[in-house]
Amino acid sequence: MSAPLHFQTIAELSAKLAAGQLSAVELTQAIIARTKAIEPRVHAFNSFDEPAALALAAASDTRRSAGQSSGALDGIPVGLKDVIAVAGQPLTASSKMLANFVSPYDATVTQKLQRAGAVLHGRLNCDEFAMGSSTENSAFGPSSNPWDLTRTPGGSSGGSAAALAAGAAVATLGSDTGGSIRQPAALCGLVGLKPTYGLISRYGLIAYASSLDQIGPFARTVEDAAIMLGAIAGHDPRDSTSFKTAIPDYRAELKTRRSPWKLGVPKEYFGAGLDPEVGAAVEKAIAFYRSQGCEIREISLPHTQYCLDTYYIIATAEASSNLARYDGIRYGHRTSAAKDLLDVYQKSRAEGFGDEVKRRIILGTYVLSSGYYDAYYLRAQKVRTLIRQDFLNAYREVDALITPTSPIPAFKLGEKSADPLAMYLCDIYTIGVNLAGLPALSLPCGFTQSGLPIGLQLIGQPFREADLLATAHSYEQAHGWNTQFPSL
Amino acid sequence: MINYEAVIGLEVHVQIKTHSKVFTRVGAGFGHEPNTLTDPVVLALPGTLPVMNKAALDAIIKAGLLLGCDIAPVCKWDRKQYFYPDSPKNYQISQYDQPICLGGSVEIELPGAARNLMGEHKKIPLTRIHLEEDVGKLNHHATDSLVDYNRAGTPLMEIVSEPAMQTAEEAFAYLTSIRNTMIYGGISDCDMEKGQLRCDANISIRPVGEKKLGTKVELKNLNSISYVRDGIAHEIKRQLAVVAAGGKLVQETRDYDGVAGTSQSLRSKEMAHDYRYFPDPDLMPVHVDEGWKAELRRACPELPFDKQRRLIADYQIPYTITSVLIPDRALSNFFEATAQLAGMGRSQAVGNWITNDLLRELGAAKLPLSASKISAANLAALIQLIDAGTLLNAAAKEVFATMFATGEAPVVIVARLGLAAAPTDTGELEAWCRESIAANAKALAEFKSGKDSAINAFKGPIMKAAKGKANPKLVDETLRRLLAEA
Amino acid sequence: MSQPAELNIDRVAELSRLALTPEEKTRFAAQLGSILGHIEQLAKVDVSGIEPTAHAFPLNNVWAADVAQPGLAVSAALLNAPAQRDHMIVVPKVVD
Repeated sequence: MSAPLHFQTIAELSAKLAAGQLSAVELTQAIIARTKAIEPRVHAFNSFDEPAALALAAASDTRRSAGQSSGALDGIPVGLKDVIAVAGQPLTASSKMLANFVSPYDATVTQKLQRAGAVLHGRLNCDEFAMGSSTENSAFGPSSNPWDLTRTPGGSSGGSAAALAAGAAVATLGSDTGGSIRQPAALCGLVGLKPTYGLISRYGLIAYASSLDQIGPFARTVEDAAIMLGAIAGHDPRDSTSFKTAIPDYRAELKTRRSPWKLGVPKEYFGAGLDPEVGAAVEKAIAFYRSQGCEIREISLPHTQYCLDTYYIIATAEASSNLARYDGIRYGHRTSAAKDLLDVYQKSRAEGFGDEVKRRIILGTYVLSSGYYDAYYLRAQKVRTLIRQDFLNAYREVDALITPTSPIPAFKLGEKSADPLAMYLCDIYTIGVNLAGLPALSLPCGFTQSGLPIGLQLIGQPFREADLLATAHSYEQAHGWNTQFPSL
Repeated sequence: MINYEAVIGLEVHVQIKTHSKVFTRVGAGFGHEPNTLTDPVVLALPGTLPVMNKAALDAIIKAGLLLGCDIAPVCKWDRKQYFYPDSPKNYQISQYDQPICLGGSVEIELPGAARNLMGEHKKIPLTRIHLEEDVGKLNHHATDSLVDYNRAGTPLMEIVSEPAMQTAEEAFAYLTSIRNTMIYGGISDCDMEKGQLRCDANISIRPVGEKKLGTKVELKNLNSISYVRDGIAHEIKRQLAVVAAGGKLVQETRDYDGVAGTSQSLRSKEMAHDYRYFPDPDLMPVHVDEGWKAELRRACPELPFDKQRRLIADYQIPYTITSVLIPDRALSNFFEATAQLAGMGRSQAVGNWITNDLLRELGAAKLPLSASKISAANLAALIQLIDAGTLLNAAAKEVFATMFATGEAPVVIVARLGLAAAPTDTGELEAWCRESIAANAKALAEFKSGKDSAINAFKGPIMKAAKGKANPKLVDETLRRLLAEA
Repeated sequence: MSQPAELNIDRVAELSRLALTPEEKTRFAAQLGSILGHIEQLAKVDVSGIEPTAHAFPLNNVWAADVAQPGLAVSAALLNAPAQRDHMIVVPKVVD
């Protein structure tokens, strides 16, 4: 018996659309109905445009009946994290600062998805300006984890994970600066992919930390992630950090058999702070790969202990600069209590930003300020080189790395919100990947005894997403974790 | 009593003439309706990213080559951070510790002893030239200010001199030389009224012989070339007066009011700056290789002062003519083309015709040289006709006026208007006149009876005999003299 | 390497253009103090001779040809403006 429509995959639904067993309008209506049913409990969306979604779905059906379908994503409802611009739609970054902002332009990924025929139905909740690991920093309230509504879906792309896990979208996009796709994917039982830095255009993605940010998909299966990646990857002349590289057919590549791989297990990722249930599930996954003929080798990433500090210097420095544009002058929140220009700046920003954003702006401003630049920012950039070198050295021995995604499963809403450092520690296994610019994905590898999803992280080599997806696919094919759905 | 000397360094901003902005492709330009030259990048909308403009890089490297700078093999982009409403991102993309051009110098000419004498030349050393983006424009009103972002993102070069000038005249000459060089290179039109060339000056005074620099005052808003001279002269005088009165100079920024000829300290409440420069993660570095430099070097024109020296040497024309020709690259090129066609010994005449007559006509018609209908070949031909004695000076002026109006070749005009000088043999002309009178008794009778126009009847056969080359005026005069005798 | 001094929250808030309440200043200073304490361990890393990484995959000479393209209509440019007049953004009088 197949799953209800709202829990089916892109692969399944696109086959039905192609066979004429389902129309895009019917599918979109089903997703809208599901969204209305779960949204009061999950709060995954910041904005939802039902008429626009239905119009896009109708256009998809018209294309299909004219024999001009655009492919696997044509007619598929896809949600975007509310940091990705869609012309004519709100773009808030879950901040009071942009509560009333409407984007006059499209992000490059938006245009690519539209060209692929996707039905972009809503913009998804996240931590304010993508800063956080729980969505509790959203100015519009947190999202809940569909597996346990008292818990966080993770963050910062928590809404993207929660909406997909709850059946309110068929796939979603998030952004990942320090783990913001992979950690919520792990906490919500989904596949989440952070591509190599430069594979996906950042044009139209609200910048948090420019040298680390990367857009990526959430999907129910590795195959769906491959379909999504194929739709959004590729060089963009509007992003100077975008890489010119051939984009393979990721979906077709899944079926190309990879010879048994050498997988590295970085010992630093299995130390103190790792939840035993998570550790056990990851060990089982490692055993599976060994059983498939993969060589498993323990390796060391000796600068791992410095990742968090390096990240918080680089990310906050870039953020303090990237967020200077939110000043209440050209757009965004402007205080009503300004006596003069300085007031417009100081009060608009004080009123428009939440605590975590303010903390990171202050930290970032401090590490760049006169007299501290060398000790903090420049030093962090050098340590970043060492961290990157660790990974490149590992890849001389192994083809990919296997680690837990998050040290712990989904935690209770409110549990860590008073302690920024404890919250930052949620990202210890994901941050190094961003500093090194590597591709990595999280995929489900089991559940805790209390029924919370556990995620496995596979870290690949630059621009070799096809290998990474194939490695994940072989595990997924042998396990059925993604055939279980939260009951709500 | 201590003698003081002034030390002046200039920071000159030059807008680069490109079709699109420096980090996005919306059009760049002056004089458009407010906020019509923006796009999401210019307005720093959430999610936007910069992309370099190749032409702006070409232009600054070319400027560096023209001024003898070292072109850095690698340069990068930094964010200069400060909050101001004309700066949409609240940081300006600029170059901090790795500018694209280092060193170099600007050759200047100081005023000569007399107008017709070349002044002393010297070289003012440069510190650096870097590329950055211009900011928007604030329009101040009684109770608020309005922001127009059309100018924001226009490519802007900052040319920084060493503190190596001593007088306002030197600063004036420095700016003039930069302007001429940039115009020659096609890098900028340097129209100060349009803000394409802007200048801030750092001025201090110190006892003569002292090596250490004195307290520096930054003088802003030197918005025209004459304000640069006047403002700096005023500031030096002010500093000398403060010191003479036993006062102490303070490091400050002062605003020069060119109309009133006064300056005042900018005492805004602004907090002390900390620009927090750091490398812009959205942009990649620029690598300049020898091939790229060579390509741009080939596109570099001869520098204005080099050209001036060459014109004086090769064409033997006076300094005064070159000082009119040189600031205008097209005009000096027109001179050279004409002089080469006109031939040896006629260069001064060419210079005179261009700097006197052509510029006067263009000025009266309010036309640029590019709209002139007079070709170098035609002007050269005119001068050759004069030189050959075919055209008398008064007639030549008339031919020139017609050339300016119609663009025709001088020979065509001369023929049509019959302006050619008479054959040198006036005896021959007189003989033709006598023959014509003798052959037409009827016209003679009519003329004698008072019908003045009857004289025209004699002219046809004379012109025919002269093959059209008789000077009509002379023909007329000769006929009247002979008719009076007849 | 010089030992970083205490975070001067007033000065940094001023540079960041954030009007913080006294309570926020105290709270943020304490929270950031513990984060900075954690960050201090970076001082132990030997980075001599190590080049800084600005981009994970450095490219160079990424540019576009100088061809002007249409921009935003004024109405779109000012779509989100908090205050506008005569097609321009209104700000409190700037004293410079």
